[in-house]
Amino acid sequence: MSPTTQAVLQFLQAYWVELVCGVVIVAAVPLVAGYAVLVERKLMADMQARLGPMRVGPHGLLQPIADAVKLLIKEDIIPRDADMLIFWFAPVISMVAALTSMGALYFGPAFRVANDINVGILFVVGVSSLGFLGIILGGWASNSHYSILGAVRSTAQLISYETAGGLAMVSALLLAGTFKIRAIVEVQSQNQVWFIFLAPVGFFMYLVASIAETNRAPFDLPEAESELVAGYMTEYSGFRWALYFLGEYANMIVVASVATTLFLGGWLRPFSNVRWLSWLDFSPVLVLVALGVYCLYRAGKQPVKVQSGFMWAVALGCFAVAALFLTPWIFSPLRFALPGLNGAFWFLLKVSAYIYMFMWLRFTLPRYRFDQLMHLGWYILIPLAIVNVFSVGLALLLEMEFGWNRWLALIVTTILTLGVAAYLVHLNDKRGAAASAAVVASDSYAG
Amino acid sequence: MADDSKPPQEPEGTPPEQKEGVKAPAPTSATSPTPSTGAKPPVVAKPPAVAPKAPPPAQTPWDNELVRRYRERFGDAIMAAMEDRKQAYLVIDSAKLLEIARYSRDEEKFDLFEDFTAVDWPKREKRFDLIAVLYSFAHNMRLRLKIAVGAEEKPASVVEIWPTANWLEREIFDMFGIEFAGHPDMKRILLPDGWQGHPLRKDYDILQQDTAWVRENLGIESGQ
Amino acid sequence: MADRVQDDVIRQQQETLLGADELVLNMGPQHPSTHGVLRVKLKLDGERVRGTECVIGYLHRGVEKIAENRTYQQFAPYVDRMDYVAAVSNGLGYCEAVEKLLSVEAPDRAKVIRTILTELQRIASHLLWLGTHALDIGALTPLFYCMREREEILKIFEKYCGARLTTHAFRIGGLQYESYDGFEQDVGRFCNDFERRIQEYVDLLTGNSIWIGRTRNVGVLNAADCIALGATGPILRAAGVKWDLRKAQPYAAYERYQFEIPVGTNGDTYDRYMVRMEEMRQSRLICLQAIENIPAGAIMGKVGKVIKPVPGEVYHSIEAPKGILGYYIVSDGTTQPYRVRIRPPSFVNLQALDKMIRGHLVADVVAVIGTLDIVLGEVDR
Repeated sequence: MSPTTQAVLQFLQAYWVELVCGVVIVAAVPLVAGYAVLVERKLMADMQARLGPMRVGPHGLLQPIADAVKLLIKEDIIPRDADMLIFWFAPVISMVAALTSMGALYFGPAFRVANDINVGILFVVGVSSLGFLGIILGGWASNSHYSILGAVRSTAQLISYETAGGLAMVSALLLAGTFKIRAIVEVQSQNQVWFIFLAPVGFFMYLVASIAETNRAPFDLPEAESELVAGYMTEYSGFRWALYFLGEYANMIVVASVATTLFLGGWLRPFSNVRWLSWLDFSPVLVLVALGVYCLYRAGKQPVKVQSGFMWAVALGCFAVAALFLTPWIFSPLRFALPGLNGAFWFLLKVSAYIYMFMWLRFTLPRYRFDQLMHLGWYILIPLAIVNVFSVGLALLLEMEFGWNRWLALIVTTILTLGVAAYLVHLNDKRGAAASAAVVASDSYAG
Repeated sequence: MADDSKPPQEPEGTPPEQKEGVKAPAPTSATSPTPSTGAKPPVVAKPPAVAPKAPPPAQTPWDNELVRRYRERFGDAIMAAMEDRKQAYLVIDSAKLLEIARYSRDEEKFDLFEDFTAVDWPKREKRFDLIAVLYSFAHNMRLRLKIAVGAEEKPASVVEIWPTANWLEREIFDMFGIEFAGHPDMKRILLPDGWQGHPLRKDYDILQQDTAWVRENLGIESGQ
Repeated sequence: MADRVQDDVIRQQQETLLGADELVLNMGPQHPSTHGVLRVKLKLDGERVRGTECVIGYLHRGVEKIAENRTYQQFAPYVDRMDYVAAVSNGLGYCEAVEKLLSVEAPDRAKVIRTILTELQRIASHLLWLGTHALDIGALTPLFYCMREREEILKIFEKYCGARLTTHAFRIGGLQYESYDGFEQDVGRFCNDFERRIQEYVDLLTGNSIWIGRTRNVGVLNAADCIALGATGPILRAAGVKWDLRKAQPYAAYERYQFEIPVGTNGDTYDRYMVRMEEMRQSRLICLQAIENIPAGAIMGKVGKVIKPVPGEVYHSIEAPKGILGYYIVSDGTTQPYRVRIRPPSFVNLQALDKMIRGHLVADVVAVIGTLDIVLGEVDR
């Protein structure tokens, strides 16, 4: 064998996990993002007393495929005098930033690309912030006055809430004591408690910040249809637009994964150290089997043969995956795969719950006006985040230097933080009333 | 003025009467000729005595405290006060429109300018009738003002008294061609700016359009 | 001078107005949130609106001219097409105006059924308003819930007169169709369900701090300005004037029923929202009272086949869901009216947009246009 081939084989042998996971991420994330859109449409429909996409494929399941094909074959309209290189490159930056930041994440104890970088979380947050560059470049390259305005607005929103989100993360990092992703989850495992219970204010602030960071409602003014300024995506059509869109959904997955890792215990099963609850390890199998049984039950009730056939197919699919999860239990040589499989299941479940929360909020809440949005970020969220960092630090200090019980310290400091939050909200209300009184008094009809 | 505002009334009862006179002879004749006898129907020149009377005109004079106050204040400018089907209106002179308007709003408390429109009577000397409908919240009462305006006349705009009149007067200008002196923004409102003609005038046919404008701006021939 | 229809893309015109360089932003006739073909030219100073100019007339169909060429009965379907969202109210106003011209009154039974249908129409109109207004402000879900309720009302209309939207439900002199079997049950069932549904909207919007933030102190129009500008309907009531034409000068069967007039305090968008929500509740109460006791009897008054009113004129107005809807009809003794003038509430209310939006941000324009509840069919006729 030539030295090159030998080197390549050695490389593959050492890094085959990373390569496989990397390929899966790059291949699967766009597909997952497409299906996340379908899930959103179906959820939205369900909450709005209607059905959602039903035509393309059974129950609309092929809708993302149809959308992807449509976007691919669409005419590529480029505005005149647009800066071609940047116009082409901007959505790519967005998408690449989101995918690269997934490289440092652990989607379960075994599924990762980078082997526990020592600056794990920092890497993820930093690289996903590079996606903002894609937005502003896209707005600029469109050669349209209102695109650049929309892009600038969007970026202003994103960086404001990035600050708040980062500070919220710090409170969890203080508790973890490290940036390494694996270590963060292990600390939660050792302490037998997820950080959401130790730093709830931090979690909720991160939730709000992450909604704003991904341009989701109620912070989606730059993208809203009924607003006057069209937004940075206007001049993008066809697949370029699809790239931006996928970048947004990939960002959602990244942000949800970070939240899961930091606050929701990563890939840990609930009550991971309680022995008598270890039957919960069978949850993936149980859930899938239950789903399959339900599908079989519904299959009997379908009026049309095709539909009951579809239900049968879904049920069999569920059973097949359940069997897959069950195999390591039965087949001892495969036992090594168990933690990976189970961990991945729990991780993805938590990420899905977090994204479900995003979608739910989108359908329920109206939109913030841009000035209200910025005001919320700078006047309420960032001060509160700073105060939160101090309070978590104070709690740790009390525990380490003064021997307080960790729980007691954290509860006391959380109450203090909530008090500060209440004060900030009160200040906000007063300011709001004063400002609008000024608006009302100042105009006159005499002009 | 009140009489002039009624159109040449076509006596309602006449056509049937005429037919009656022709087909059925006057009761004085001995027998009613059957068609088979072929008797020529007598040519009757006058309507018979039993013809139904034309219904009384719906407009009756109106007089009460309010009218007296107006007459006292403005004298001859109040040219008539009539009531039509229990709705009262004052016919006023267009020269005093602004003062009467101000008085109505300030003294008589007609603070809501409910409507402002025009009616075209082309055969009259003063061809347009401006109709203003006022409402008073305090008295829960409606008052109509009728102002006769000639074709070239420019009545005073009441925008400074009731800002509501802004768009209402623009619509009157658009549809009838009556310009209001002192209006801040006298231009068309519903029709495009370059339209020729004022559609609600009676000499503007229902199918008529400004074909030049249509051709120029829409690129089609009118009527497509 | 061509006045071309602008398309959806926003064009910026640098005009020097009043000596300063203000920006003119055009919210074109096609726009997801202008509720029809309305063009609004906004004069901006940065983000703040310094003045507006509405360009209307894109939906002008010459209804008043058409009226002079149709008989009184032939014209009745045309009035539905003005405020096409609340066609039954338009029809009520017109039929009552012509009945006044003829000096006839519709029989009791007809009046009560007319009242029920008009109040159902008021609920339907406000539901559509609520759904679209919430959608403009970003709440996606209330629209679908409102459509679900509106569907029930439209089904009742369809069972009654065969049409859902442009109903032509009433005739001059009364009604043409008897109420169908099960009319009272249907209306009763709807009204009983509706209370719970209104509560859903209240839960979604009324206490929501984002909603309050978007609507409080936005588009304020106080009582004096309302009256000066002629803005009537919920806009006037939200400004604090407790006045409703159904109580002040009752028509149809309104004097028989107990209902409250909801009033606001500030005259802002939030108050208009609360007033319309409460109006829906009150309409529901009127319907419930009315179906208890629909008098038996004829449904058509003494009106001949050929309607030739005595020459003269009449002005009749009703409290339509959007404000005061007035009809001024002049008759010259023939079968066709000499002049029909329709006083559209949306046209007069839209004038108030300029006053309401000054000093606010561009993002509020959509909210204020929504809160005026205009229908372009009525503005332009």
